[in-house]
Amino acid sequence: MFGFSRPQLIAFLAMLALIIVCPFVVYPVFLMRVLCMALFACAFNLMIGYVGLLSFGHAAFFGMGGYVTAWTMKVWHLDASIAILLGGVTGGVLGLCLGYLAIRRSGIYFAMITLALAQMVYFFCLEAPFTGGEDGIQQVPRGHLFGFIDLSNDMTMYALVACVFLGGFLLIHRIIHSPFGQVLKGIRENEPRTTSLGYRTDDYKLIAFMLSTSLTGIAGGTKALVFGIATLTDVNSSTSGEIVLTTLLGGLGTVFGPVMGSVVMVSMENYLAQFGAWVTVTQGVIFMFCVLAFRRGIIGEIGNFLKLKL
Amino acid sequence: MIMIFGIPGPLLFGQLLLGLINGAFYAMLSLGLAVIFGMLNIINFAHGALFMMGAFAAWMLLNYFDIGYFPALILAPLLVGAFGIFLEKTIISRLYKLDHLYGLLLTFGLSLVIEGLFRNGYGSSGMPYRIPSLLQGATDLGFMFMPNYRGWVVLAAFVVCTATWLIIEKTSLGATLRAATENAPLVQAFGVNVPRLITLTYGGGIALAAFAGVLAAPIYSVNPNMGSNFINTVFAVVVIGGMGSILGSIVTGFGLGVVEGLTKVFYPQASATVVFVVMVIVLLTRPRGLFGKAA
Repeated sequence: MFGFSRPQLIAFLAMLALIIVCPFVVYPVFLMRVLCMALFACAFNLMIGYVGLLSFGHAAFFGMGGYVTAWTMKVWHLDASIAILLGGVTGGVLGLCLGYLAIRRSGIYFAMITLALAQMVYFFCLEAPFTGGEDGIQQVPRGHLFGFIDLSNDMTMYALVACVFLGGFLLIHRIIHSPFGQVLKGIRENEPRTTSLGYRTDDYKLIAFMLSTSLTGIAGGTKALVFGIATLTDVNSSTSGEIVLTTLLGGLGTVFGPVMGSVVMVSMENYLAQFGAWVTVTQGVIFMFCVLAFRRGIIGEIGNFLKLKL
Repeated sequence: MIMIFGIPGPLLFGQLLLGLINGAFYAMLSLGLAVIFGMLNIINFAHGALFMMGAFAAWMLLNYFDIGYFPALILAPLLVGAFGIFLEKTIISRLYKLDHLYGLLLTFGLSLVIEGLFRNGYGSSGMPYRIPSLLQGATDLGFMFMPNYRGWVVLAAFVVCTATWLIIEKTSLGATLRAATENAPLVQAFGVNVPRLITLTYGGGIALAAFAGVLAAPIYSVNPNMGSNFINTVFAVVVIGGMGSILGSIVTGFGLGVVEGLTKVFYPQASATVVFVVMVIVLLTRPRGLFGKAA
């Protein structure tokens, strides 16, 4: 099912069990943050891990998804499901526009172009009237799901977030193991050869980018709904850097790495928040350590040790 | 008063000068990035942080050692350049055999560490750095008043950029450098110590960034974020110019600064984004960049 191998299925069931049990033990709002970041990281991993393109501008899609969900909830009083979906659509459309430009180059140029385009989105959000500038969109109501499920309760909200995360996670897994996903891996390994087999690699890259940014938009929208706020922080380039680190720490190109990465990163931020600017220093040190000595990431190392593909 | 396109002359020239100054910083930073990229195949994400360190070095020299602006203009690049050489020797050189993306990620982490440490030590509000007395005041050029220091920045940046270009294009050291960029193993076979050349190139690129930092110190207040404010735009400049040519990055840097300045006069809302809009247009028409060579 969904192309899971046996060890992956076991790992997935373990993750599922944890998602069900944890809210009774740990503060649900913290877990919701972890799940939103995990979906974000999984979506990001689709690009870096399977197409081999490092996007340094994913915050643009995350933040814009958040803005649209927050705005439609607050001003139009839409149903939560539609608002989140609109966040995803925003991410996808923006991804189509920016991706169309960015896929013209690869490697480090792709990283620089996405970074610069995301910076443009950031300046747009800073000036545009609907984002509320420095204040952001505050006091967003959580509203109702399908018209009758009240989301103001943390546990109900948690159930929704968990479903959104699992849906996104399984979708990404399905994409990777589809024929489409095989072509993506072909592009990662050797693009000229994939072209010579008759695939229009640019189209594949653009579609993959759109899928990734749509899911990123959904993650951003869900996060905005959980916390009732959408701000410039989520569009800022530091968020782009953070998601790169999250995925790198968990393991680039692994299925469960991004999830593990976000568990560690969000916990660390929670714990280190009281130390102010030391958060950035710690993140930087971890970044350098990962690149120099820990390139497989946590899940990658575990998989390597057990000789499994996780 | 002279009117040009319905805009008062002094306002237009004033913004043009501001644009030239920004352009001078874009040029010096993208030049350093291009030189480093040519030799090391690494996009130096820490460039902004090292630019900031240059400004801080000047501030520290003044406040802790009572060393003035002009000696700092030489000393700060040397100090920060030495720090760059240390970084290259200890950390960055470990990545040459890996995918280029790892170099980008490592230097990104490095910039987080450097900026975080300075933010811890000095806060993010910024500290003033006085314009040296020799360069205070303004000169009447007939069509506008030019603050002397701003004129000096444009002049100094222009001289340094030209000097770098001359060194790389016209000297034998530059010829070796260019040869090593093209084919390092072959140059090494001729008896040139390529690893040392790489180290010196990195140090040189960093020194250039630090020099720009010292120039920037009296204009922008010295604060830990001054580099990251610049660097995103500089990346756009690099994409527009293409990494292929030294002269290209200088011309693009100055040119885009001027474009930005003019936008501030005619349509101020777009001044923050105009560089990115130019980047989009260039990507649509010439994906390799204005001066880039076909890969």
